[in-house]
Amino acid sequence: MNIQILNGRLIDPKNEVDAAKDIFITAGKILAIGKAPAGFVAEKTIDAAGLVIIPGLIDLAARLREPGYEYKATLESEMSAAVAGGITSLACPPDTEPALDEPGLVEMLKHRARALSQAKVYPVGALTYGLKGVELTEMAELADAGCVAFSQADAPLTDTRVLMRAMQYAATFGFGVWLRPQDSFLARDGVAHDGEVATRLGLPAIPVCAETIALAIMLQLARETGVRLHICRLSSAAGVAMIREAKKGGLAITCDVSMNHIHLSEMDIGYFDSNCHLIPPLRNQRDRDALRVGLHEGVIDAICSNHSPVDEDAKQLPFAEAEAGATGLELLLPLVLKWAQQGKLTISDAIAKVTHNSAQILNIDAGHLSLGAAADVCIFDPASCWKVEAAALMSQGKNTPFLGMEMQGKVRYTLVHGQIVYQAMQNNK
Amino acid sequence: MNNPQLNKQGELQHLLSTEGLPSRILYDILDRASTFVDLAGRGEIKKVPLLHGKSVFNVFFENSTRTRTTFEIAAKRLSADVVNLNIGSSSTSKGETLLDTVDNLCAMHADMFVVRHAQSGAAHLIAKHVAPEIHVINAGDGRHAHPTQALLDMFTIRHYKKEFHNLRVAIVGDILHSRVARSQIHALTTLGVPEVRVIAPKTLLPSHVEQLGVRVFHDMAQGLRDVDVVLMLRLQNERMQGAALPSAQEYFKYYGLTQEKLALAKADAIVMHPGPMNRGIEIDSSVADGAQSVILPQVTFGIAVRMAVMSTLAGAK
Repeated sequence: MNIQILNGRLIDPKNEVDAAKDIFITAGKILAIGKAPAGFVAEKTIDAAGLVIIPGLIDLAARLREPGYEYKATLESEMSAAVAGGITSLACPPDTEPALDEPGLVEMLKHRARALSQAKVYPVGALTYGLKGVELTEMAELADAGCVAFSQADAPLTDTRVLMRAMQYAATFGFGVWLRPQDSFLARDGVAHDGEVATRLGLPAIPVCAETIALAIMLQLARETGVRLHICRLSSAAGVAMIREAKKGGLAITCDVSMNHIHLSEMDIGYFDSNCHLIPPLRNQRDRDALRVGLHEGVIDAICSNHSPVDEDAKQLPFAEAEAGATGLELLLPLVLKWAQQGKLTISDAIAKVTHNSAQILNIDAGHLSLGAAADVCIFDPASCWKVEAAALMSQGKNTPFLGMEMQGKVRYTLVHGQIVYQAMQNNK
Repeated sequence: MNNPQLNKQGELQHLLSTEGLPSRILYDILDRASTFVDLAGRGEIKKVPLLHGKSVFNVFFENSTRTRTTFEIAAKRLSADVVNLNIGSSSTSKGETLLDTVDNLCAMHADMFVVRHAQSGAAHLIAKHVAPEIHVINAGDGRHAHPTQALLDMFTIRHYKKEFHNLRVAIVGDILHSRVARSQIHALTTLGVPEVRVIAPKTLLPSHVEQLGVRVFHDMAQGLRDVDVVLMLRLQNERMQGAALPSAQEYFKYYGLTQEKLALAKADAIVMHPGPMNRGIEIDSSVADGAQSVILPQVTFGIAVRMAVMSTLAGAK
């Protein structure tokens, strides 16, 4: 289908574009930007007056909960939520049930996702069988089946020799290894940052050194093995400082942070709000500020939603027993925009963290609107304000620390491969 | 954020923690408790009709004999109907969630819940869940709070020391895992005690404990010097397995309260303990049974304080 998007403001961080430009799409690709090519006949026109056109967002961590946890969420519900949030590509962690450790499971997931023809799904394969941290998975086979990287998700890998071997093996094939740094002994039973709030509320705590010790091991093994290491969900100021040093020293690593952690701190737990029971734990305000600075400086490369839908019953429990996680797909864009506004960044610099940079970490050609590129596009109204309400979220997961809060920036259209996969209901501006 | 313990008029709706309560409310409870103590002391009527026709449900998800019994006695002396439920882990092992259990009890027309649970925040969760006419008393939630214990401790201190504003109080032992210690600290600072000390090895102190407004000591001799009140805490046996301590013997040697160490405190210092005591581990028998010990009066006052809390809540609109 030939689509033209007229009168909008095009922002494309990779190509350093931020200007009023029309876009012309044919056969799923960007055909022209600016002027309509001769003979172009649009079958569909999107009037983007007052709207911003950006590359579709790329989310590095979105749990779709399939296979195995369909009571928490299904592919259908979460894929709808993704495109409603302007997300056109997403990476899903391997902590499903069973874990993504067999090519058949990966193929099935890819197949199911493709059949829905919404966002593109990039599975992250399990680094070890069953995420148990003992035996390596058949990474090459899994990559052939569609895995873009390998990870332990939030499962511990305590045996450093297994970790080193896993990195060596992945490096053999040039695969990326994605790890969240947390020493499982120091973090044992912990549910909140080891700070003032956990002390006051009597919650078992996770000290910052659980992150930095694990990070030190990972960085050292990355140096030894030359693996393409991506650090997931950094949470502390000390962690940011270590990544900064490592990058300064020439180590080719990348790093992401969850959107929750650049906006919230342990204080948001208040009186045991289980929506703030997150992995990693929300740390203090200094940590949050350091994460923001790290993002700004490029020490942290990307922001992810860390979308982890949880069923309602699992949150209606005392804080420590409540399941960790929050829904996030539909909040990623407004929270990135909020960060941009608060940090006085341009929209372009901010969305680079959820488009072009994320594509580079995934090692895929996406996250930009160059001529000939796939027409994965998000069109949003930057002025539209809306309130986060559980009933209005498409995701099956209704829990988020941002419930009841005001967001600015609402997705109007989402296109994947030149197809309109989402169009907001009230389109009258 | 609204204080979940207070209603719109600023009255006590639930007693979940001693933190964040105005001193006025604490003093009201202590004053009211002292009328109940006087009543009992004169050997007159033990029973008053303040909670007549009300149902108090003691819901204990964690085992306790002493606390549950004192709540039961307190409720009965207020003429309430009392239902005791030792839920332990039986209900949850049958798959019933905490709030399902609470809903069922609400359907039996409970007016007041006295709740003990192994998880911090359980009482807050229940208080948030129940209908506005139902009151929740936290009888201990995880490591978080045990407000009636702290209030009876405050009552005992006031009974012996009259005022709070000129006292030095030391809390000794496992602060990290103790809901009693947290509630004591908030109550003491709210009532205006100028110096609250905590004494423990580093493995038994939470991080940032000084932000609760206490002075930290690791040495008993220094920490006990010139204090007016010594609040001992119970040491759980499992601390030895968690690598928090090498042995009970070593703990007793360095942190157990003996006559010798107590001699460093003021001559008229009083010694308290929330019970049950581990004699020879955190406290020497000669101290526990000695002239400075007010451990048994604590228990007696505990009933009056719980009567005061229940009747205060029942009076709240």
